[in-house]
Amino acid sequence: MYKIDPSRTDLAEEFRAKPFGPHGAELQKVLNVMRWEPIEGKHVLVNTVPHKEWRLAQLPGKRGAPVTLHEDVTFTDLGEAEWHIFKLRWKKHTGVELDG
Amino acid sequence: MRRLLGYADEISVQPGRTIGFKVSSEDAGAFRLEVVRIRCGDDSPEGPGLKQTTVEADVNGDYPARRQRTQVGSFVAVDRPDRFALRSFTLQATIWPTLLDKEDQTVLGAWNAADGAGYALALRGGQAVLRIGDGAGIETLASGAVMHERRWYFVAATFDAETGGATVVQEPLARYAGEADKGCAEGVMAVRPGDGGRFVIAGHNDRRDGGPVVAGLCNGKIDTPAVAGVALPRAAMERLKDRRIPRGLGADVVALWDFSREMDGVVAHDVSANRLHGAIVNMPTRAMKGWNHDGSEMVWTHKPEHYGAIHFHDDDLYDCGWDTDARWTVPEGTRSGAYCAHLTQGDQWFYIPFYVRPPTGRPTARLALLIATCSYYAYVNNHMGFDWGPLGEHSSNTFTIWDMEDLHLHMRPEHGLSMYDNHSDGSGVAYASRLRPFMHMGPRAHLWQYNADTHITDWLEEKGVAFDVITDDDMHAEGASLLEHYDCVMTTTHPEYYTTAMMHALLDHQRKGGRFIYMGGNGFYWRVALHPRLPGIMEMRRAEDGMRSWIADGGEYYMSFTGELGGLWRRNGMAPETVCGTGFAAQGFNFASHYLRTDASEDPRAAWIFEGVGRDEKIGDFGTVFGGAAGSEIDSTDHEAGTPPHALVVAEATEFGVDFHWVNEEFHHTHSAVNGENCPHVRCDMVFYETPNGGAVFSTSSIAFAGSLAHNGYANNVSRLLENVVTRFLDPEPFPAP
Repeated sequence: MYKIDPSRTDLAEEFRAKPFGPHGAELQKVLNVMRWEPIEGKHVLVNTVPHKEWRLAQLPGKRGAPVTLHEDVTFTDLGEAEWHIFKLRWKKHTGVELDG
Repeated sequence: MRRLLGYADEISVQPGRTIGFKVSSEDAGAFRLEVVRIRCGDDSPEGPGLKQTTVEADVNGDYPARRQRTQVGSFVAVDRPDRFALRSFTLQATIWPTLLDKEDQTVLGAWNAADGAGYALALRGGQAVLRIGDGAGIETLASGAVMHERRWYFVAATFDAETGGATVVQEPLARYAGEADKGCAEGVMAVRPGDGGRFVIAGHNDRRDGGPVVAGLCNGKIDTPAVAGVALPRAAMERLKDRRIPRGLGADVVALWDFSREMDGVVAHDVSANRLHGAIVNMPTRAMKGWNHDGSEMVWTHKPEHYGAIHFHDDDLYDCGWDTDARWTVPEGTRSGAYCAHLTQGDQWFYIPFYVRPPTGRPTARLALLIATCSYYAYVNNHMGFDWGPLGEHSSNTFTIWDMEDLHLHMRPEHGLSMYDNHSDGSGVAYASRLRPFMHMGPRAHLWQYNADTHITDWLEEKGVAFDVITDDDMHAEGASLLEHYDCVMTTTHPEYYTTAMMHALLDHQRKGGRFIYMGGNGFYWRVALHPRLPGIMEMRRAEDGMRSWIADGGEYYMSFTGELGGLWRRNGMAPETVCGTGFAAQGFNFASHYLRTDASEDPRAAWIFEGVGRDEKIGDFGTVFGGAAGSEIDSTDHEAGTPPHALVVAEATEFGVDFHWVNEEFHHTHSAVNGENCPHVRCDMVFYETPNGGAVFSTSSIAFAGSLAHNGYANNVSRLLENVVTRFLDPEPFPAP
């Protein structure tokens, strides 16, 4: 299994510049690893105000169980919101925090 | 959470006919209902904007708000409590449990949980349990062994009122060493059964919020449930398993239900002399392999006796069953189009979509916009953001984004599931209904299906193209006779789910010289069946192959409504390429690309399509659906599959990266060269070809295409190209054969 190399911050910058792609092959490897996240506890986004506001949230393990909405982590730009999730998963996989 | 919701009893209504609206509100007071005509529902900052017009309708007004309740979950109810008021009894069935960690699942019985009275055979802690109550006390007897999920068990319970003697039997049909899942218990009970009310299979009677409900819903298959009015010996039970009542037991048997009969119906047939038929509620899955299925036959119509199981789910839903709040008789002369009942109350709003079609046999335009309602039904109220797990992000190539409707659906089970979801026990959802509120399927929703399709109505209005609106439901019911009134039929962006009658209607239209514009991607893909009698319900089986959100179990590929093989049309002898020249090739949901003209675009047969479009222009490198005209789900030609030999690929899009993935039914072995960077099959082919009798077909082959039409005030090359096509397709001059 591919391991995310924390020194490859260039890939993080590539994602930040174009969060919706098209992504290069090496960045895609990073994303593929990040996307095998289990449902329970997964960081996701909830579009709380259509077209205007997205909020960080975490999913429960079971349908019908409450979703945790992080009231203090909101975004007005979807690309910025996706970048935030990227950073959280980068840290989870590498132990290293990304700047920015 | 949404507190104001509604649905209609019809999806397509013609002038002179009446449509009823059913509304539920959690707020006191009144809600307002107004009929609106929808031109465009895309209210995103980049889109054309919300364009709706209030219709002067006599139904418009304020109505008392009330909360309407929904019975979720499937079961069988038998309305003869007098016949099941037993003192001594035997309850038996062969079952295939699928969710044993759910407590309180009743297999069968006359049990009223609110009163604690009656008798039932239930599942608790993975064990078969007999429960008897008289309203003052409840006694239980458990098998003493824990079952495995998705294995067959014969379960039974007997009670002798004279002695109080009770037994529970739990016998696995698949036997493992040690047989730790085999249980048998005997006991003596002091209690005698009280009045349990209706006899129910896969649930029991209860009361909630002041009203009767069926609770204790059971997940899994139940085959050949039976009831006797005496405590039968084990050997007699065995003789009933085969759905025949031996002479000598006839007087003892109260009912024995044969679920292999009338597979498309909602009657559970009691084959005993008593004929105590039950009502099958909320469409549990039929045509399911029974305990005696031995692999000798995989088609249920050939051997229905091997398909005597019903798979019940605690989240099945057919019809919310709400009362009607308002009815509108559509006045004669009402213009055909997309309409909604727009509900508002305080800060709440909701749309109930429906269509006004032209009167039968009396078209009001020469172009028909064919709304893909069957495909709407397949997706409506989907839980993909949760149920798909990692697949969701791998497929979308974005991190998961929910909206408030996703949150609502996650928390509120009463609006049912979609064909993209799994039931709570993990089994796939094979039926979809329109008799419930639609989430994500109306104006202001995601740019997917309904709302993306309003880019087409918006463009037709902008260009002054007169059009009638017809739906899949209309075409299924009336076939080619509906289409023959139109010079040109135009699809919406994602006509993915097709019945046999719908496929034949389109092909017939094309053979007769009708013009056909395929405005979407991944069309004509899944074979489905609409119920022959029940309104608003559709079936599909995700069989054998395809881009599947779940996979049907082997031997369960054939639909209960029609007996037809489910799955891909590609695997049913009629590939999409035979209808529109292209078939599903690839998908990617984070960006879209553009088309470039091919040399074939200069062929005089097709050059007119590009009048006003430069030879080397990027066509559609803009748009509100992922930023381009070629994207989301895209199709390509395949002559072996059925692309006509003379079809011209007049433009193509090939600039897709690793984010776009080739569809799995097209490759035979797994390998890594399956994305837009390394696989030549990841492409989008815009196609034109002539059909017999002066007709023609034009295919955009991309879901994203319509999202580009309004760019730059509709002055762009995608709009121009489509205008060229529509203008020529409405010109009666026959297309010469190539």
